[in-house]
Amino acid sequence: MDLSLSTRTVGDRTVVEVGGEIDVYTAPKLREQLVELVNDGNFHLVVDMEGVDFLDSTGLGVLVGGLKRVRAHEGSLRLVCNQERILKIFRITGLTKVFPIHTSVEEAVAATD
Amino acid sequence: MATVELRFSALPEHVRTARLVAAAVARRAGVDEAVLDEVRLAVGEACSRAVGLHQVGGIDAPVRVALIEEEKQFSIEVGDEAPHAVPAERVAGGAAADADVEAEEDEMGLAVISGLVDDVEVTTGKNGGLIRMTWPAAPPAVTVG
Repeated sequence: MDLSLSTRTVGDRTVVEVGGEIDVYTAPKLREQLVELVNDGNFHLVVDMEGVDFLDSTGLGVLVGGLKRVRAHEGSLRLVCNQERILKIFRITGLTKVFPIHTSVEEAVAATD
Repeated sequence: MATVELRFSALPEHVRTARLVAAAVARRAGVDEAVLDEVRLAVGEACSRAVGLHQVGGIDAPVRVALIEEEKQFSIEVGDEAPHAVPAERVAGGAAADADVEAEEDEMGLAVISGLVDDVEVTTGKNGGLIRMTWPAAPPAVTVG
């Protein structure tokens, strides 16, 4: 399965819905999308990963890169994920401490801390 | 001899194929269903790393994956043909910053592998590197039909 990306605006947040597999082949597409959003002035991003079937370290690298970009504009990057197998990758790499991870888009959009 | 051997051109689009084949052979070998996600991720990381090393090094040779079914265990070997510099040999200079970034990405993949797989062996030499990962496997049940 390939990667699918769609974006929508909720208040001052931009929600990026990601589906499929984020790996060494597809991660550049996600990187492009995040870079484009930030370049267009969207600094508060919510990446919805509920439709993601697979995530590897290349994908993690892209998310960290996105976080770095929004932070340069005092923005935020929040993740939505309930899938144990995806959460596990964030845990073993220590990235649960870096990304705010929410259980729903609503919760992520409402979060302000 | 390996149960299944795979050789693929060092291109990112083929890493998924390696993941799918590895997971299918692991399942057949009796690796626990709950562990298959880890097998898939670990072999993907090892292959991505090998593809990156070949691309950076301009190496035309394919990436090699050996799936080895043994009594009570299942192993995957991912081999690259990139000559690995011994850390002390990393020369300072203009390319040093780039090399550091590559080394970091390289280590991220290895960090995921070592976090996932209890039994992992990484060997590197002048002619390339090899990552060997092993999981326990129950002897396959007798299949009917």
